[in-house]
Amino acid sequence: MFATFDFDVIRRSLGYLFLDGMAFTLTLTALSALGGIIFGTLIALMRLSGFKVLGRIAGLYVDFMRSLPLVLVIFWFYFLVPYVGQWLTGASRPISVGAFTSALVTFIMFEAAYFSEIMRAGIQSISKGQPAAANALGMTYAQTMRYVVLPQAFRNMLPVLLTQTIVLFQDTSLVYVLSMPDFLGAASKVAQRDGRLVEMYLFAAVVYFTISCVASFGVRRLQARISIVR
Amino acid sequence: MNYNWNWSIFFEPAPGGTGTYFHMLLTGLWLTIQTGIFAWIIALIFGSIVGVLRTLPSKTAYWIGFAWVEFFRNMPLLVQLFLWFFVLPELLPRSWGLWLKQMPNAPFYTAAIGIGLFMSARVAVQLAAGIASLPRGQKQAATALGLTTLQGYRYVLLPIAFRIIMPPLTSEFLNTIKNTAVAITIGLIELTGQARSMQEFSFQVFEAFTAATVMYLLINIIVVTGMRFLERSLAIPGYITGK
Repeated sequence: MFATFDFDVIRRSLGYLFLDGMAFTLTLTALSALGGIIFGTLIALMRLSGFKVLGRIAGLYVDFMRSLPLVLVIFWFYFLVPYVGQWLTGASRPISVGAFTSALVTFIMFEAAYFSEIMRAGIQSISKGQPAAANALGMTYAQTMRYVVLPQAFRNMLPVLLTQTIVLFQDTSLVYVLSMPDFLGAASKVAQRDGRLVEMYLFAAVVYFTISCVASFGVRRLQARISIVR
Repeated sequence: MNYNWNWSIFFEPAPGGTGTYFHMLLTGLWLTIQTGIFAWIIALIFGSIVGVLRTLPSKTAYWIGFAWVEFFRNMPLLVQLFLWFFVLPELLPRSWGLWLKQMPNAPFYTAAIGIGLFMSARVAVQLAAGIASLPRGQKQAATALGLTTLQGYRYVLLPIAFRIIMPPLTSEFLNTIKNTAVAITIGLIELTGQARSMQEFSFQVFEAFTAATVMYLLINIIVVTGMRFLERSLAIPGYITGK
């Protein structure tokens, strides 16, 4: 059944697939994870701040984002970001943002909801004595969080955060709906140009599978190494 | 924001000639629900089998379960749908492939089966964890009573394990419904797809997406409420979820 296969089409397009497509995917994944974790931590802090209103707003945001399909959110932001940009810069017409910026904003806003739940669990896993001791030492709230609570929460949750990043890596393939040139988008463009859907999609599947497998194996190793024996 | 809001757009006739834009979105909503439920049934069936396989003492069974979960978890759903939709018909014998391609509603069946299998890996992991969380005595007592392995699972382990994993299963069900939106890429015009075509026809982007958003939120509220009711009525008194 592989007789009619044209594996050369993969070899011919390797440069485009990896240097353009995979580079787009990996950059988007890394920046979204970074932004998502920072924004997610802020949301988690809002939820745990003890201010009812702040907590309510953060909770609503998380529940709202988590009840929508990512595809719909991608469409939302694709159309919304130009208007928000216009409002922020005071321009006279909706500003045009690149495909990459639009996707980045989408993934940061969307994944922050998921990262915030992880960070919330991490912060709650720190025993009450820690912030109490920091308080007794005369540290302010910001110092307590910065030097005592967050470093430990982050360390405890690192495997979960990385697993979520692998999910994010797979989710970035959904920018396909806006025909962006990520790895799958690149594979699909070549597939349609050369009429080689079978080869290109199988190859894309193998690449995603390998990367995710290796990454989750690495996370498992890391988890075994850094877990604190209590 | 210089955007021309026009909320009455929902009552204007859509170009399809089948009714208003609102009706168009409702058709999409109905298709989303159908796909979601069909996919969920598949996810439950395969997820239960694979989840049980992962907890059996047999090494072979464990590895089959392990391979199943890793296979479906390590590829983006979108890529999996492409494999089922574009690649599978080409790899099958010619006549089968032709039959698959000419099947009416192909996007619907592909989406339901593809999303179902994708979610089955997650259900399997939850169920295996649920079974593993039961005290060892449960299985031993079942064996001591003379139940076979199959009977032990059927009458002792599974009824409790499924009750324990009700809350995570609820969110997996919601994920299944949300994931149906990915099927827009293989031509299934479900809720997100209808919102997108409404936006293309009418240029009222934000009205269309707001309506779809509200509908997804409603689905969530209904499912969460229903599942909470189910959880309460199935709770075993004195056991974790019971009072």
